[in-house]
Amino acid sequence: MKKCVITVVGKDTVGIIAKVCEYLAGANVNILDISQTIVDGYFNMMTIVDVTNCSKEVAVVSKELEEIGTSIGVAIHCQREEIFEKMHRL
Amino acid sequence: MINRYEVYETNQMIAEENLDVRTITLGISLLDCIDADLDKLNENIYNKITTVAKDLVKTGEEIEQEFGIPIVNKRISITPVALIGGAACKSPEDFVTIAKTLDKAAKEVGVNFIGGYSALVSKSMTKSDENLICSVPQALACTDRICSSINVGSTKTGINMDAVRLCGEIVKKTADATKENDSLGCAKLVVFCNAPDDNPFMAGAFLGVTEGDAVINVGVSGPGVVKHAIEQVRGKGFEELCETIKKTAFKVTRVGQLVAGEASKRLGIPFGIIDLSLAPTPAIGDSVAEILEEIGLERVGAPGTTAALAMLNDQVKKGGVMASSYVGGLSGAFIPVSEDKGMIDAVEMGALTIEKLEAMTCVCSVGLDMIAIPGKTSASTISGIIADEMAIGMVNQKTTAVRLIPVIGKDVGETAEFGGLLGYAPIIPVNEYDCSAFVNRKGRIPAPVHSFKN
Repeated sequence: MKKCVITVVGKDTVGIIAKVCEYLAGANVNILDISQTIVDGYFNMMTIVDVTNCSKEVAVVSKELEEIGTSIGVAIHCQREEIFEKMHRL
Repeated sequence: MINRYEVYETNQMIAEENLDVRTITLGISLLDCIDADLDKLNENIYNKITTVAKDLVKTGEEIEQEFGIPIVNKRISITPVALIGGAACKSPEDFVTIAKTLDKAAKEVGVNFIGGYSALVSKSMTKSDENLICSVPQALACTDRICSSINVGSTKTGINMDAVRLCGEIVKKTADATKENDSLGCAKLVVFCNAPDDNPFMAGAFLGVTEGDAVINVGVSGPGVVKHAIEQVRGKGFEELCETIKKTAFKVTRVGQLVAGEASKRLGIPFGIIDLSLAPTPAIGDSVAEILEEIGLERVGAPGTTAALAMLNDQVKKGGVMASSYVGGLSGAFIPVSEDKGMIDAVEMGALTIEKLEAMTCVCSVGLDMIAIPGKTSASTISGIIADEMAIGMVNQKTTAVRLIPVIGKDVGETAEFGGLLGYAPIIPVNEYDCSAFVNRKGRIPAPVHSFKN
């Protein structure tokens, strides 16, 4: 399984998760885990997704999610899971 | 499964502490390009580089986007050109045609530097070596992306003082040939002792003859990450300080290993080494000097600097070695002046001198790096400085290097501007007592007794 970690940080507003999930569904990306908190009005979400059957290249998904983030005023990063795994696990 | 804090930590390192992979350097052997006909040789070189490296930049950018980690430079290192051009080049001008070909190839594939306009002359020079060295000023003046290096000594061979003398003159001529740009050419010229075959960092990268046809070498960085980590152990003992540096170096190196593995897989080119280096940039918070100051020095250059740097260098290696399957290159903290904001400030306020920098080079990689000196400095004084630095490398069995910029038309109190990652540097005073009678002696300094290990 090829996994990615998506993080969303920014000022809370209506429909952030909806926008992200709608995009992921369209790209055939399956959500494995999702967690979200709001601290002092700041939205903070982390999602782990399966991109094995994704209809687009991961680099493209990452770029397009960034653009969605910009359009709704939050920072969205989509990164391959390995960068975290390699850094924090032996 | 990865947790929120780990994700946050990694992304904070990237976003706020300047964590990046400093360079993916593709080493390309040009040995199979050799031809006695100069035009054919140039054609072979251009074709080989533009074929092997055609996907390098694109692949680097894809990895950056997918993993969310900046890869600052994509570069190429090649077999030392003095070896490649030996059969075809009868004069320094012939070598300059190769420099132009390399520059054209670098621009075609989109890399920002190509290193290996080099000669390895640690014992003696062939006619070809001498022609290449003499062509360096012109080659660097008429190209944009070529980096040149000359290895003039090693622990095994001693120091080739004829080459040291010649290099002093070449540094001066290169400065003169590029004086309109604050003698920028000298920022792309390094003189080495014990130069490694697999160094991915410029300006000293070349692909040694012991290497294969093509190889991926990766240089990591992360001074800002180390500084942030040790801010958390302010006032604590050395044990805790060292552990913190090691753990951080481990994490940084693992990212480099991941990127190297991906690049190798996607390009179908074997992975060579990770160079474990703390490579600063002129950006605030990306400085080796600031780490030393965080360790407890008011300013880098204060008493204690050499000891603090020795410790830092050692801990970075200890942490990094376990994180990578192969380690090589220069591996250590870099202390360039113009590329490190903390170093620039320390020189400006008089805390850091060239003599202290020389002492610091005994305990870290690499040497007297990116130091602007008065343009009036004589060639023999530059040779003397090179000889001193080579002696440190030879006796301590380590790599040392000299990248001095005698800024033509400028003197102490003025500043040289190089731009981009090369930064800017206040001009540092140099001891002006004459050493020409020493430098003008012919021949070489013999290898030290402890090099005879057989």
